[in-house]
Amino acid sequence: MADAPQTDPRPRVELRGISKHFGEGERRVDALAGIDLTVRAGEMIGLRGPSGSGKSTLLNVVGCVSEPSAGWMRLDGDVVYDARWLRHDLRRLRLMKIGFIFQTHNLLPFLNATENVAEAMELAGMSSRQARTRADGLLDYLEVGHRRHAYPGEMSGGEAQRVAIARALANGPRIILADEPTAPLDSARAHVVLDLLGRIARDHEAAVLVVTHDESIFQRFDRLISLRDGRLVATEEIGRAAGLAAEASLPTP
Amino acid sequence: MNLALRDVRRNKLRFVLTALGVGMLLGTVIAMTGIYEGALTDALALPRAEGAALWVVQPRTFGPFAEPSRIPRDTRDLVRRMPGVAAAGAVTFQTVQTAVGGKPVRMFLEGYEPSRPGGPPDLAAGHGLTESHYQIVVDASSGLGLGERVPLGPYRDPYTVVGLTHGMVSSSGDPMAWVNLLDAQALQFAVPPPLQRRELAAKRNPPTTADINAVLVRLEPGASAGAVEQDIARWKHLAAVPEAQEEGYLTLFVIQKMQQQLGMFMGILITVSAVIIALIIYTLTMDKLRSIATLKFIGAPDRTIVGLIVQQALTLGVAGYAIGLALVMLVKDRFPRRVQLEPRDLIVVFAIVIVVCLAGSVLGVRAAVKVDPAEALASG
Repeated sequence: MADAPQTDPRPRVELRGISKHFGEGERRVDALAGIDLTVRAGEMIGLRGPSGSGKSTLLNVVGCVSEPSAGWMRLDGDVVYDARWLRHDLRRLRLMKIGFIFQTHNLLPFLNATENVAEAMELAGMSSRQARTRADGLLDYLEVGHRRHAYPGEMSGGEAQRVAIARALANGPRIILADEPTAPLDSARAHVVLDLLGRIARDHEAAVLVVTHDESIFQRFDRLISLRDGRLVATEEIGRAAGLAAEASLPTP
Repeated sequence: MNLALRDVRRNKLRFVLTALGVGMLLGTVIAMTGIYEGALTDALALPRAEGAALWVVQPRTFGPFAEPSRIPRDTRDLVRRMPGVAAAGAVTFQTVQTAVGGKPVRMFLEGYEPSRPGGPPDLAAGHGLTESHYQIVVDASSGLGLGERVPLGPYRDPYTVVGLTHGMVSSSGDPMAWVNLLDAQALQFAVPPPLQRRELAAKRNPPTTADINAVLVRLEPGASAGAVEQDIARWKHLAAVPEAQEEGYLTLFVIQKMQQQLGMFMGILITVSAVIIALIIYTLTMDKLRSIATLKFIGAPDRTIVGLIVQQALTLGVAGYAIGLALVMLVKDRFPRRVQLEPRDLIVVFAIVIVVCLAGSVLGVRAAVKVDPAEALASG
């Protein structure tokens, strides 16, 4: 465990008593029921559970896409939701503090790699020239810079996913949410993506929350959280030492 | 470059084909404004070319263009002798249909007295009438050339083309032609010999060929048109119409119907264009719902999404307008009627296109604004 990441003890995300229900009366469905969770800077957490367990709902709440029905959430020290339903500009929070990686890369098909990454920065107010320069830097960082002029339809799945990760990093997010980012990839590429996420968590001091069903990558997380029926039923402390050691030996994609 | 233009750049062929379709519709609208302006110019070209201050016609008619007008030929001498009148010329107007070299030729024929008011304006080729009979000056748009023989009248008397004008057509688009007044009177009023014999046998006077349709009056410098008009009106069988009023009759009675017809067609075409643009923009938006959800998910404000759709609609409209205008410019000289594009009309059509595009993007904008960002999480 000598190479274990030096995590920032400050919490990036704090959830307390987060509940979310849909419908009322007999039709009421409790998607989340009293979730308590803290994710710290540099930490990479896996979130697993069967279909309908509330993973996507939790991702939407943490990602400021939908509001909880009860509980409070603090993101990078700022209260996003609380018991009195005060909330911030969720769109702005998503843009500036959260990076998303989707199961299918969700790149805009009419933009090339650089433009896809730069668009997120331009939305945040950066000039086009600056955004492009920084986007190219991020693509180089993710070792996909040689494909900067390629459109999503011209890229392999792994390349597109790296570009999507670069877009997630565009505005220096405090937390990165990934929804089954390795699902469309083979095992080797899946591990490469996880290596990248681990490196990002370490280099950018971001908290990374990954929803996954892929048992072969469970060991790559610092913690693995299990959800069932909207409740946190288990938390396994795993550590990434093995994964980080393996990272150095992986071939460059 | 904004998102809308990037999308267009990525889907050039689809955009070009769509813009071409919209362009053809808008081109038709532009052409119709040009046809109306052309018809107005054509209709007014003849009275303006005559250069008459007053038109003496049959009273209580809107003659000689909007309604038939028939007055005695000696009206010209009578008017000429009035104080303030510098010159007067008798004229007739009629439409003739004939065939030259097997091809049908339709012309609006003016009979006039050489050296008096009336007759063709500046000639583009050849010369004016030099003989009393069987010479004709025609507009080049008739397709006739100098020296060609044009059969006219019930006995198909051959008239030789001796002069050509350019751009002189009637309000209905027929090329103008000019013959000597005596020839024109015979063509318009003469009756065949059997009918003459029948009338004489019945001890009735055969129809006269000495009538005319109007007298064109030029005034002496400083003479009052109003005073001459009042003097002429003392004869109860005559009325004097000022040039401006004659143009008004043409515009109001002859052109107005065409304006209404063209206006209705333009309204239909603009409505069709609006529906098509709305459908195209809606379809383009539906194709991009996942991209829109992703944009919203990563924090794009609604104005970015709305801008994407509205800008695309405007780009389509402006490109369609440019294509339509270019198509009209290409074909307008081959069009069977004068197509006269006026900057004022082009600006109005452009403004309508912008409004139509904005209205057409409403459906797409509504669909886009309703997209839930969480849809970006859906797989597939």
